Amino acid sequence: MSPHDALKTGPDTVAVAVRDVTKSFPNGDAATYALRDVSFEARCGELTMIVGPSGCGKTTLLSVICGTLGIDSGSIQVFGKTLGTMSASEVTGFRSKNVGFIFQQFNLIPTLTVVENVSIPLILQGWNYRQAEEKAATILQDVGLGERLRSFPKQLSGGQQQRVAISRALVHDPKLIICDEPTASLDAKTGHHALELLKKSACAPDRCVIVVTHDSRIFSFADWIAEMEDGRVVKSCSASQYHHA
Amino acid sequence: MLRIALLMLFRDKAKYMMLIVGLTFCSLLMTQQASVFCGLMLWTSATVRNIGAKVWVFDAKVEQVNEVIPLREIEVTRVRGVAGVEWAVPLYVGIEQARLSDGSFQNVQLVGLDTATFVGRPMEITKGRIEDLRLPDAVIIDQVGVDKFHKKGITIDIGTTFEINDKTARVVALCHANRSFLGQPYVYTTYDRALQFAKPQRKMMSCVLAEPKPGVTATELAVRISRLPGLQAYERDDLFWDTIWWYIKNTGIPISFGTVVLMGVIVGIAIAGQTFYLFILDNLRYLAALKAMGARMPILAAMVFLQSFSVGFVGFGLGVGLTSIFGYKVLKTEQPPFFMPWQVPVFVAVIIILICCFSAAIGLRQIAKLEPAVVFK
Repeated sequence: MSPHDALKTGPDTVAVAVRDVTKSFPNGDAATYALRDVSFEARCGELTMIVGPSGCGKTTLLSVICGTLGIDSGSIQVFGKTLGTMSASEVTGFRSKNVGFIFQQFNLIPTLTVVENVSIPLILQGWNYRQAEEKAATILQDVGLGERLRSFPKQLSGGQQQRVAISRALVHDPKLIICDEPTASLDAKTGHHALELLKKSACAPDRCVIVVTHDSRIFSFADWIAEMEDGRVVKSCSASQYHHA
Repeated sequence: MLRIALLMLFRDKAKYMMLIVGLTFCSLLMTQQASVFCGLMLWTSATVRNIGAKVWVFDAKVEQVNEVIPLREIEVTRVRGVAGVEWAVPLYVGIEQARLSDGSFQNVQLVGLDTATFVGRPMEITKGRIEDLRLPDAVIIDQVGVDKFHKKGITIDIGTTFEINDKTARVVALCHANRSFLGQPYVYTTYDRALQFAKPQRKMMSCVLAEPKPGVTATELAVRISRLPGLQAYERDDLFWDTIWWYIKNTGIPISFGTVVLMGVIVGIAIAGQTFYLFILDNLRYLAALKAMGARMPILAAMVFLQSFSVGFVGFGLGVGLTSIFGYKVLKTEQPPFFMPWQVPVFVAVIIILICCFSAAIGLRQIAKLEPAVVFK
């Protein structure tokens, strides 16, 4: 299976299907289970939040969904592709083309300018450096950072850095956006604006956005919420059902 | 991604400068010391280069050109009798004491040339004529002698006189000669006059210089002459290298210079290796992010090697450049000895490449162990 094969996308299509996934980490002679028989789905056109207390397995679930971490058992399908049947190299290629990342600490390379940081996913796909920068500049204009293209990350506020991170996640038009605690490094107001921007620019009918968070102030942006506890998904429902419960 | 790699390196100014300084220092130390070593070794064989004869015949016990065991003059005739000899002439080489007009002394390397042919004459006469060497008491002195006497307040020019072992010597010409290992000036005169200047011994001739007939190689002729009992003949290049190897094997010079070169290597590995490792550690979370975003290991390896080799290239260039400036300055004064053959920069380049590979490898080891999932922690 090649990462370049056509993906199953479109409104209401299941983008991510996690089935009975178990993941453990060795801990001396024993093993610590981070995920226990987890089953979970996320659909195209929706912003799905994985919520729960610290240590419940949210980040591990995110890692196995994007293929940066292997699993002990179960299966994971992303846009119809089963990650377990791909080689490590194919998973890397799939991730490069189809997954956009927004990290908790942004992970913007401090020695690169804003536009250079944003162009990285395109350069990784073999784009010409100049064309990649032009495309990156366009998307940065869209998020209101057109005047800061040549600034370095440390010259930006936290909110601006988050906008750069969002731009970097979207620049290569991926089908799956993975966000790890996107508001953890931001104050309430800036975090709210960041989620507004994410919802506005990332959510599309053929795209799936998965956000891991324990920040209940941003739950309102979700279309679907999966709640985790002790390595299991204990509740998975629409955001409105979650708020009423 | 290679451009990104270079930007990451160049813009981390503190570490970039540290890497450049470390590798420049390492490269400078190795190139400069190796060049001084080569220059010193060249000094040891200065007589071979100054005289320039194709075949040299010594007493069989002689191992290098600066070691003189006098021969009987009859040996010239024996050498002439060997098949393939075009001509053979005697040569006197010895360290003698010159007394200056103010009473001070200066050791000189006295060279007595065959009176008829002047075989072994100075390669470059800077003032005067070689033919004047046939005049009474005539000597030719090299520029080192002119400079040394000048430092003692005596100006040497044509017509200047001084004494060699209490016998008057009169300068008839000035020349340029390669500097000797011990730095004594070369003083040229005729063979017969050299024997008069030198302290008398039962045997006086230092060696026989010979020329092979057309069709006979110098090596072949040296082999034939060496069959004569009590004589050992050398082809010019063999004598040159045997002299250098004698000093390498029998003196502490290579160990002394080798230690400094080794220190250069250690300093290079320590500074460059450690700084580059810290550079990789500082960027580890970003490299993990690149891995998560789909950068494959070969791309990351290429980035790291490019970063390492680019600082290596700059450091090497600066080191060799600074050494060349040093060499340019000292060549004017000929002290310390300096000779940078192409092998020296090549050797240093290989060492720098190894240091860069080592630095990149220890950084890559960290990256290889890196799970892309750590970016979520």
